[in-house]
Amino acid sequence: MKDLLDIASLEKKQIEHLLSLAEDLKEILYRPIPKVPTLRGKLVVNLFYEASTRTRFSFERAAKVLSADTLNFSTGASSVKKGETLLDTIKNLRALGANLFVIRHPLAGAPHFIARSCDVPVVNAGDGTHEHPTQALLDLLTVKEKLGTLSGLKVVIVGDIKHSRVAHSDILAFQKMGSKVVVTGPAPLLPEPSEVSYFALEKGRFKVEVSPEKALSRADVVIALRIQKERHGTALIPSYQEYHQFFGLTTELLLKHLSEGGILMHPGPINWGIELAPEIEKFPRQVILDQVENGVAIRMAVLLTLLAGKKDENTN
Amino acid sequence: MDKEILSQKKKKVIAGPKKFAKLVTNLGEAILKAHPGLKNVAFIGIQTGGTPLTQRLCKFFKDKLGVVPPTGFLDITLYRDDWTSISSQPHLKKTDISFPIDDKVIILVDDVIYTGRTTRAALDALIDLGRPKKIELAVLVDRGGRELPIEPNYVSLRVKKIEPDEYVSVYFQEISGKDQICLEKYC
Repeated sequence: MKDLLDIASLEKKQIEHLLSLAEDLKEILYRPIPKVPTLRGKLVVNLFYEASTRTRFSFERAAKVLSADTLNFSTGASSVKKGETLLDTIKNLRALGANLFVIRHPLAGAPHFIARSCDVPVVNAGDGTHEHPTQALLDLLTVKEKLGTLSGLKVVIVGDIKHSRVAHSDILAFQKMGSKVVVTGPAPLLPEPSEVSYFALEKGRFKVEVSPEKALSRADVVIALRIQKERHGTALIPSYQEYHQFFGLTTELLLKHLSEGGILMHPGPINWGIELAPEIEKFPRQVILDQVENGVAIRMAVLLTLLAGKKDENTN
Repeated sequence: MDKEILSQKKKKVIAGPKKFAKLVTNLGEAILKAHPGLKNVAFIGIQTGGTPLTQRLCKFFKDKLGVVPPTGFLDITLYRDDWTSISSQPHLKKTDISFPIDDKVIILVDDVIYTGRTTRAALDALIDLGRPKKIELAVLVDRGGRELPIEPNYVSLRVKKIEPDEYVSVYFQEISGKDQICLEKYC
């Protein structure tokens, strides 16, 4: 594996490997000194062309626990402002010694483009409305940890399915691991027929359901998505209040529909009062901060896997 | 890596089950001589060979003294100096040390000592977990060939005549079906 670009191109075996590695690595985070020397001398560059708190800090934390050095880039304070192209930026950072790029970009496919023109590993940290593979991996890890399995589950994703890269990666990832995925949301935010055939990996494994109550019924995992105010505001939904009324999750709704032991997840950042009622913060079966913690373990596994088995040509 | 294991050829059995048991007992006795009663002593097995050996030693201590010392297991993959060249898909074994190692006498346990690099990695890993009062090293077999200034405190068997293309393998019943120590050859 040279890069981690999307869930679509990962085999089940590779996903299983990353999950089991992350499970083993997680223990390091609880040590008195949560640091191992494995990636000493490696330079991980975080290239974020879009805003991020969790993902960027999570990658940085993962790199630092493994003793890699990190450089962080944000568009506002870089030569992108002066018109430097993406490719030139990559070439220059490579010349500065980058051993791996973590990239988030508003355009779908940007990480794939970089990976083709660059000799070091590239990790997609979210590309436009395409995919966010490490989020799906950390979601898998969280579900495996909480429910003990990834097969035979009913996973329900609620919200802006059409534009959510988290949803796209999760839909593929949970199906690949043997679960059934049901998506629901306001009609303009649901996938179109051509997209549905792309997402349905196997007959009967993927379903679009317009009624949230039907979708949620006996769910083992509910993933609430963020309404992406910055992408389309209320252009596609009448109002945030109305969205909350029909698709907002409440404790009552979850208690009614979740299967025994079922859990609620959210990729963050949360719009309280829109996709989740504020009382959910105290709901005992929400695992939102567990997801954040597992994100570090998953990203450690990804960095280690992509940087293993390669001697750096500069240090040989 | 898998290929390497398949191409290994057994050359000579150094110890069968009976001698094997004796060697474990001898190792246990040597440790007890230095630490009668095992007060403040804890054992940490280096994955993977050190794990079954640690369990055997504990059984010996339990039978002999009725004492079960604290035990843990340490994976040193992330501390190896050659980890980048070992595998394109790194696999870890569990590090599981559920007691504070601070101020304890820690006896590291491994099946074979060769270059000393594994021990070096284990020392680094251990020191990142706390500050033991003292660290000692117990091995079943010392086959020489040290590349670092590291010596075990307790050794059951020294293999002195060994060719550059030979190595020592320790097999445990619980993993391989039989207790055996073999001299093998790369081919």
